[in-house]
Amino acid sequence: MPHRHTNWLYGIPYWLWIGLFVIAPVALIIYQSFFNIDSHFTLNNYATYFHSGTYLQMTVNSVWYALLVTFFTLLISYPAAYIMSHLKHRDLWLLLIILPTWINILLKAYAFIGIFSQAGIANQFLTLIGIGPRQLLFTKSSFLFVATYIQIPFMILPIYNAILDLSPSYVNASRDLGATNWQTFWRVIWPLTLPGVKSGIQAVFIPSLSLFMLTRLIGGNKIITLGTAIEEHFLTTMNWGMGSTIGVVLIIAMVIIMIFTNSDKPTKGDRPS
Amino acid sequence: MKKLTMTIIAILVTCGLLAFSGNRLQASSGESGAKVLNLYNWGDYIDPTLITKFEKQTGYHVNVETFDSNEAMFTKIKQGGTNYDLTVPSEYMIEKMKASHLLVPLDQSRLHGMANFDPRFLNQSFDRHNTYSIPYFWGTLGIIYNDQKIKPGSVTHWNQLWQSKYRDDIMLIDSARDVMGFSLISQGQSVNTTNSAKLEAAKNKLDRLSPNVKAIVADEIKMYMVDDEAPLAVDWSGEASEMLAKNDHLHYVVPEEGSNLWFDNLVIPKTAKHYDAIYAFLNFMMEPKNAAQNAEYIGYATPNQKAKALLPKSIRDDRQFYPDQKTLSHLEVYQDLSPDKVGEYNDLYLEFKMHH
Repeated sequence: MPHRHTNWLYGIPYWLWIGLFVIAPVALIIYQSFFNIDSHFTLNNYATYFHSGTYLQMTVNSVWYALLVTFFTLLISYPAAYIMSHLKHRDLWLLLIILPTWINILLKAYAFIGIFSQAGIANQFLTLIGIGPRQLLFTKSSFLFVATYIQIPFMILPIYNAILDLSPSYVNASRDLGATNWQTFWRVIWPLTLPGVKSGIQAVFIPSLSLFMLTRLIGGNKIITLGTAIEEHFLTTMNWGMGSTIGVVLIIAMVIIMIFTNSDKPTKGDRPS
Repeated sequence: MKKLTMTIIAILVTCGLLAFSGNRLQASSGESGAKVLNLYNWGDYIDPTLITKFEKQTGYHVNVETFDSNEAMFTKIKQGGTNYDLTVPSEYMIEKMKASHLLVPLDQSRLHGMANFDPRFLNQSFDRHNTYSIPYFWGTLGIIYNDQKIKPGSVTHWNQLWQSKYRDDIMLIDSARDVMGFSLISQGQSVNTTNSAKLEAAKNKLDRLSPNVKAIVADEIKMYMVDDEAPLAVDWSGEASEMLAKNDHLHYVVPEEGSNLWFDNLVIPKTAKHYDAIYAFLNFMMEPKNAAQNAEYIGYATPNQKAKALLPKSIRDDRQFYPDQKTLSHLEVYQDLSPDKVGEYNDLYLEFKMHH
């Protein structure tokens, strides 16, 4: 068989996969979003969404908390990845970072319930150092803490790979030319590892938009995000159209993030799934 | 080329397997042999020794499959492809299934033991003359308190939850109908109110409860209350009985001004095939001895008054789960509201959650 003909054939598995497991589900969600509860075609779901203060407020909440989670994750992950990449047994450390992702998110959430509860370890410690027990569960900070903890591996991985790819000779050259540590970091290391940071942001921000189990289990529904509304529309009110509409909005938000963080260079170490 | 073909085959096989297992899963939802009964029940909602006893007594083999919400059960039965002979929806879901033509009427002539039931729990608004359903368990919505922090007798009315001294003390069950419901009752309204202004008022009253609400959670509420995480909670009697069993300091109150009265009833879905087994099972479960054993195991209130008489005095006279006549007369059953109204309840509830 001539080589030219086989070229496009190699694309078939890819397109088949994308078509069946990415495009088809998204198309179904978009399709559903145009139907009301009586299965009549309508644009009302979108009108309701954009006219309702509740949904808009929820959107703002979702984006705000996803931003906060991404910010804190980045704050911890970048230095962590940097230090790890300079350690002797870095593969072992990397494995230790990845390990928690093998555990189901619900189990981790329940573990935190135990840690943060009135009689939990965290409060025992606070009592020990004389602060006394505090309400830790069902607060916004506990939600942020747990969400950040869960997302950290997904941020560390791409950054770690980007730092490993960075040739030490750039850093040496920068030092030789008289740059300070800060200048070396800001002018050389940071721009060269930016693609890793960007894919890390994608891998963290997007799932953070709809962390609805955590908002209930750890946040006690003190934080309501769009995920909560989707769950309610699909399970309680059976208004799949409205649920899909919110889903579409989330998908659009994700596309926007993808566009903003799109890097020209392909990076390794994207979220494994 | 070979690798490519392999990949394509792999994807197609994956899809095929998914489709096949999806089909199998639906088909295996209940076997279709002759001497079987396919029971579709809530998780851990029947004493397993009763099933063994039934199988020994009648020779039918019972397959039990479980669901965790009325809506999930409804969707599965509606989609078809299942072989369930009996299922246990709550009252509003019976109305909905009836409207969707998913239920088979009971053949009253084959039922023996309807007289065992307390007439109070028969002929309800969701199923007049019990054409489709037999009561299985009933219960209420109420307040659970921990006597280490709350003096017994100090919280007996819904309105008392609003007192400012209970700041950050209350856990609510994450359910629109129930939370909106007790706010409505506290204002003297029906739990089935459809008047938008009254619903709005109930929501506004809930907003004022916000400072006292520690969290709005689901099943976890049991774990939290048992672990003394909060001194007060609003939850269903069934959940309460499980909490009380694990923590002696917990108590359950049904406010006498009114509350929800809920039912889980046995019904025959349209998918049923094994009618002999169905009626054998229904009659078996209506026998006072069996119903009493089941009630003791599950801890919910039985509608079978002859079975209730067989229960130990401590259970029978427990006002927490068998409230007095006066309270009983104030209880209201949820009616299946129109989808629009259900949406309205949920939107208001979502707004309350947003501001909480």
